[in-house]
Parts: sequence; C-alpha cells; structure tokens
Amino acid sequence: MASLLELRDVEARYGPVRALHGVTLTVGKGEIVAILGANGAGKTTTLRAISGTVKRDGAIEFGGKPLRGGPESAARLGIAHVPEGRGTFSELTVWENLRLGAYTRRDSSAADAQRVLAFFPWLEERRNQQAGTLSGGEQQMLALGRAMMQRPKLLLVDEPSLGLAPLVAAECFRNLQVLNEQEGLAVLLVEQNARSSLAVSHRAYLLETGRVVLSGNSDEIASHEGVRRSYLGY
Amino acid sequence: MRAKAVVIGLVALAIALIPFVLSDYHRSQGADVAVYAMAILGLNVVTGYTGQISIGHGAFMALGGYTTAILTHDHGWNDIATLPIALIVGFVAGVIVGVPALRFHGAYLALLTFAFALAVPQVAKNYSHFTGGTEGLALPTHSGLWLYGVGWACVAVIYVFTWYLLRGRTGRAFRATRDSAVAAASSGVSLAVYKTFAFGVSAAFAAVAGSIYVLVNNFVNPDVFGLTLSLYILIGAVVAGLGSLWGILVGAAFVQLLPIGLTSSNVISAEGVPVLFGAIVILVMALVPRGSAEVLGIVLGLPNRIRSSHDSSTPHSLEAR
Amino acid sequence: MSAYSRFLVPLFLVGCAIFLLIGSLQSALFAQLTVSGLANGGIYASLAVALVLIYRATQVINFAQGAIATFTTYIAWQLMTWGMSYWAAFFLTLGIAFVGGTLLELITIRPVERRGNILTVVIATLGVLILVEGSVGWIWGAEIRFMPSAFPARFIHVRGVAFSLQDLGTIGISVASVVILWVLFRFTKVGLAMRAAAFRPEAARLVGVRVSWMLSLGWGLAAVLGAVAGMMAAASPSVLLQPNMMDGVLIYAFAAAVLGGLESPAGAVVAGLLIGAMLNLLGSYVSWVTPQLLLPTAFVLMLVVLLVKPSGLFGRTQVRRV
Repeated sequence: MASLLELRDVEARYGPVRALHGVTLTVGKGEIVAILGANGAGKTTTLRAISGTVKRDGAIEFGGKPLRGGPESAARLGIAHVPEGRGTFSELTVWENLRLGAYTRRDSSAADAQRVLAFFPWLEERRNQQAGTLSGGEQQMLALGRAMMQRPKLLLVDEPSLGLAPLVAAECFRNLQVLNEQEGLAVLLVEQNARSSLAVSHRAYLLETGRVVLSGNSDEIASHEGVRRSYLGY
Repeated sequence: MRAKAVVIGLVALAIALIPFVLSDYHRSQGADVAVYAMAILGLNVVTGYTGQISIGHGAFMALGGYTTAILTHDHGWNDIATLPIALIVGFVAGVIVGVPALRFHGAYLALLTFAFALAVPQVAKNYSHFTGGTEGLALPTHSGLWLYGVGWACVAVIYVFTWYLLRGRTGRAFRATRDSAVAAASSGVSLAVYKTFAFGVSAAFAAVAGSIYVLVNNFVNPDVFGLTLSLYILIGAVVAGLGSLWGILVGAAFVQLLPIGLTSSNVISAEGVPVLFGAIVILVMALVPRGSAEVLGIVLGLPNRIRSSHDSSTPHSLEAR
Repeated sequence: MSAYSRFLVPLFLVGCAIFLLIGSLQSALFAQLTVSGLANGGIYASLAVALVLIYRATQVINFAQGAIATFTTYIAWQLMTWGMSYWAAFFLTLGIAFVGGTLLELITIRPVERRGNILTVVIATLGVLILVEGSVGWIWGAEIRFMPSAFPARFIHVRGVAFSLQDLGTIGISVASVVILWVLFRFTKVGLAMRAAAFRPEAARLVGVRVSWMLSLGWGLAAVLGAVAGMMAAASPSVLLQPNMMDGVLIYAFAAAVLGGLESPAGAVVAGLLIGAMLNLLGSYVSWVTPQLLLPTAFVLMLVVLLVKPSGLFGRTQVRRV
C-alpha cells in the first residue's frame, strides 16, 4: 500500500540546536498513527517539519510527491495541522474560525459546515461567541471542526489532550476515531498520554532525542516491556 | 589597543589641521559637522546604548539654541559662557522627558518623541515675545575659524566624557539595560536611574549642539529646529551605526556634507536630497542595520577586539518591547 | 472599582455627545465650530484607521502614513490639472494609492522586516517618510498649490445656522470610507484572512493564509484611507497643498489612534471625531489656546492617555504575542 506520507531521515533545528536527528516514518491512507515520547523528544518538531512551520532537511513525500514550502502550501495540499495550544483565533468568533478552515478550498459550500455542525452540534448556538471565551475542551473541538472544514487528506494533531479533563480528552480521541472510520481521514497524532493514543491508533512510533527508537502496531507497542515501564507506568 | 590609539590620534590630528587649508566658508561648514556630531553622539547614547528611541532631539537642540540666543541677544552674555548653561538646561530637560519615557518602549516612545519634535517649534512660535517668533533673533557673527574651533573643542570634550562614561560602571549599566532589562534589574542596576541619566546626558549634548548651531547661523527661529532636523540627526545616527562611537564622525559628515557636495556639483538637485537620504536609510536598515560601524570595521580590518567592544549587540537587542 | 469601570468609557462618550448637542442647540457659533471640527475629525479618523490597520498587524507605527497621503493627494491634483473631473480623479487616485501602498510595503518594508526587529522597521518607516515627502518636493516643487474640492462652496442653512457643504461632505466621505472598509473586513474572505493574519500570524499560516501578502494588502488599504484623508484635507480651508501638509494631521491622527486604542479601528474613528470637534471648540472658546498651541495640546493628550490608560478608550489589555 503506497503510503500517504513518508519521512526519510528528516532533520530539523531551532537555531543551533538540532531537534530531529533523522526521523523516518510513514502514514498510510486511512491510518491513525501515534508518535510517543517524553518532553523534548521531538514529537512537536516532527509535525512542524511536515507542515513546514520549521525548516528541515531530508525527504518528505506526500501522496507520492515531494513536500516543500511553508505551512501555506501544506494546507493547500491537504494537510491540516492542529498545533499545540489549538491555534484557534481567540479574537474571532466561532463561525469565523470555521470559515477560516475552508480558506484554501475553492469549492467549499454549506455542506461542509453542515458536516461539522453534525459532528459538534453545540457550535451552532455559539456561532457568534468569541472563540477565546470557550473552554479548553470546546476550543479543541472547534480546532478539530476547523480542520474538518479544510477537508484534509491528513490531519496532524499535537497534544490534543493537553490541559483537558480526562473525560473531555477521551471524547476528543473518540472524535478522532470516528472521523477516521467515517471519512477515512489519516491522522498523525502526537500525544504524551501514551495509553490513550495507543488505544486509538493503528500504529505508533516512539521518539527519543529526535530519533525513532521503536515502531510497530499499537498493540505490540503497548505490550512492549520497555514502553510499559517508561510510558505506561506498569 | 595600539591600532585603536593610532587611528584616533590620526583622526584628531586631521580634524585639528584641516581648517588651515580650508576657506572660511568651508570652515563654518566644518563647524556644522561638529554640531551634527554632537547631536548624533547624544542620540547614540540614548538610543544606541540604552535602547530608548528618540526622534525628538531637534527639540533639545532648540532648547540649547534658544538659551544661547536669548542670553546673548536679550541679556548680552558672552557666547561661550552660555554653553554650560545650555548644557544644564538640556540635561534638566532630558531628565524631565526621560522620566515618563521610562513607561514607554519601542514604538510608543518613537511616537511620543516624534510628536514632541513637532510640538516644540509650535510652542516657540506661540510665545514669540520671548523667542522672537517666526521673525527670529539675530546673533553676532564669528569667523569660520572661531566657529570651527569652538565646535570641535566641544566635540572633543563630549567625546572624551562619553568614552570615559561608557568605560566604567555606567557604561556597563547602560549596556545591561539595553541588552536585557530582566538581567539588569536582577543584578541590582537601577534601570530607571540609568535610563533617565542617559536621556539627560543625551539631551545635554544636543542642547550644546543647538547652541553652536545657532552661533554658526547667527540666527534662530522656530523653523530652524523643525522635524527635518530631528530626522536628519536620526539619519546620521543610522548611518553611523547605533551603539558605536566610531561611525559618528562618518554619520555627521554624511548628513552635512553629502547634500552640499551633491548639489554643488549638480549631481542632484536640492530637492532630490531627501529622496536620496530616505532611500539610504531604508537600504541601511535592510542591509546593514549596524550602519557604517559595521562597514568601517570590515574595511579597516580592525581587529575583532575593537569591533566587539563597541557592538556587543546589534539592533536585535533594541528589543525594548 | 472594576464593576463600574466598564461603564466609564461609554458614559464619557455619551457625555461628550450630549455636551456637543446641547452646545450646538444653544449657540450658532458652537454648532458651526462643532461641525467644522467634526470635519477635521473625519480627516484625522481616516488617517488614524490607516495607522491602526498597520499597527494591529505588525506592531509597527507607520510614520510615513501622512507622507503617503500627501503623495497620493498630489497625484489627484495632477490628474485634475490635466483635465480629469473631480470624481474620476478621486477614484483613480484611490486605485493608484492601493497599488502604490502595496508595492511600497513590498519594496521598502518587507526586506527590512526579514532582517531586523520592530525598531529597525520603525526607522525604515521614517526613511520612507523622508523619501516620500522628498519625492513630492522633487516632482512638484514646494510652492503652495490649490486643490479643488468635491463640493461647491455653498452653505446649508439649518435653523438659521450656516454649515459649509465642504464640511458636511468631508464628514460624509470620511465616515463612508471607514464603513466600507469595515464591511470589507467583516464580510469578505480576504478581510477575514487579513484579520486572522493580524491577530495570529502563525495560526493563520496553518490554515493557508499567506500572511506576508495580507500585510502588503494592509498597507495598500491604509494608503487608500490616507488618500481620502489627504484629498479632504487639501480641500479644506485650514490645510494648504504643500509637501509637508500632513505632518500636523499625522500628529492628530496619532493622538486619535492612541486615544481610541491603537488596535481598535472603531476607537480611532470615535476618537478622531471627538478630537476634531473638541480642539476646534477649544481653539475658539479658550483664549490662551492659540492655533499654534493646538498641536502641543494634542501631544499632551497623547502623553496623558499613554500614561493613564495606554490601551486607550476602546482597547483591551490584550495578551501580547511575543
């Protein structure tokens, strides 16, 4: 199966500090892939390297073609990046945030909005509310809704459960699963919460100090001795 | 260290000897260069060294200029005697401006000083019984040599004073406030005092510059100290390179002599000069934000030590936000 | 304190409105001064919104805004001198201003931004100020010229008070241009993208907005507003068409922007109108406030606002992007 996204020996740096020392991974169509690792392992940087937010070396292919340029072109190619902190526009309304999701689409229509509202019905009544006044969980859902408006082929999600109560976080992961099953949306998920992300993903990669040290099916990884001790706590 | 001393010596010698080969007219232009050198040096102290941008130095020059003008014109003082008074007036004004300036950084301070530069001439016009209004006040003339001598003597004094100031504890404090407000505060440096002091010193220099300026022109009226003057001082400082003592002479010569050179040799009309200057400012900001200090350092091949002691930071640390 | 402070600003504004209204009803002179003051205020407001547009997006104070306005006004003058009708020249100038402003940002500011920090960009705008104002003098010379007005030199009489058509027209055009801009920002895709780019450039890039283009567009729109302000100013009796004509207006516009809150276009409009009206009244009714002291008064106003409530009348203390 030709993979949707392929990274080969990707390196990235912040000024003089190298954050990624050669990351190799793939995401297939319709897969949910998790990236695990401790703080500073390079998980966020990997997503940034893909969307082009940070400069990188090495090969990245998306849909079989080399991926170049900044986030603006990645968005146009069908990659939706929901960054750490959600990236919602706090000063704009809920509705305006959603509209921005469809910015790169030439053919966006009311149907897109309907889809998103079907998923998150509560957004309808809060249309004109300033996004900054929503709760953390609501902003996360708004960010997801905005990404949906883009009709992406690949969704990059960075630490969605950060700052959310466990129940709310769980709902977030459920949403990702449903999106994946219903629409075949490929997801690359970065999470510190190893247990939840392994539960929801098909495959996973473990990063340490900017390198992939372990990869495989999520259930295999979940039962891996080292992973269990360091990341799952038992 | 040796190389530096030699260069300074040569430059000083050149400045001292040049007037003897120049006509009287050119000598007074040399005095104008001295005026700009002082004002630019002042601006450099406050902007280059403590990171407080000021586009209002023309106003401080106005204070000094009017002090000298009023004292000589209305009260018959000796011109040179007015200089220390102008210095004090400038310093006090600088401190008065410097105190509220502490509250503002970056663009806001630029905004306020810009408005200040435009407001002061208006005030001068208004209280015309005091200042002579738009008709202005006329002053006694002096020979070009006298002006040149007095002007550059002041420059020398100010330069030495500044060099001495920046070497010691004050200088370190200045650089600390510019480079990192947090670090400076936590190391016990009283930011407020040093920044205000810097403003006072810089305004004092500008005031003396204003006094000499008025003497060179033997005339003063509010329009002389308009926005254009403040902008030209800034241009000179930009070309000189903020945060450096070296480039100041280059900056001053640039602002004063280049327009004259270009217009008298008909390369460019008088109206074209601002266009050129504006373009140069933009180019400098885009290409070499550190100004001629950077270029000079490279051209003269000065050893790293000299360069680094002046520009231990670039405008990047004028981050005053 | 904070429970009531929400009402202070609206209360203050309502108070001002009532003051102006009652005064106008009582005295013909007051009414005339108010209206002509509002006309000046409309000019300040237009320029102030231009300043806010750029500041909101980049934290840069565009010192060249007035000079750009002057340049575009001279273009309008030139077109009219060549025989074009007023409104044709007016709209063509707006178009030229848009293109010119966009190009100006691209050529002069973009290269600097790439390199330096805010302060370098601010100095660059000063460079643009010198360049553009110098260009006006270079191309057209420094003599004072006469700028035709859109409106005939007639008066409208309401209840025995004469209001100049010029003043009323100026108020109308200034308000209209700001409203049109508002519509643009609120209801179009581009306007939304510009706002997104101004508020959160990084997040905007992620949704595909080309932030640097939005910036150039912002300069273009600001130049259009400046052109409107300039053309209205040159036609008004108190400003003459000469190279430095907008220097003073710029200060009043700054004061309006600061008073309204540097990030609030609505604030800039309200503050601009207010400053225009109040200064005009002040100049007439308070004897020691001579015409020369109006500008220093505006300066003092700016200083006080920045010391007391830096976020202005309408600003919120927003979380600054670092």
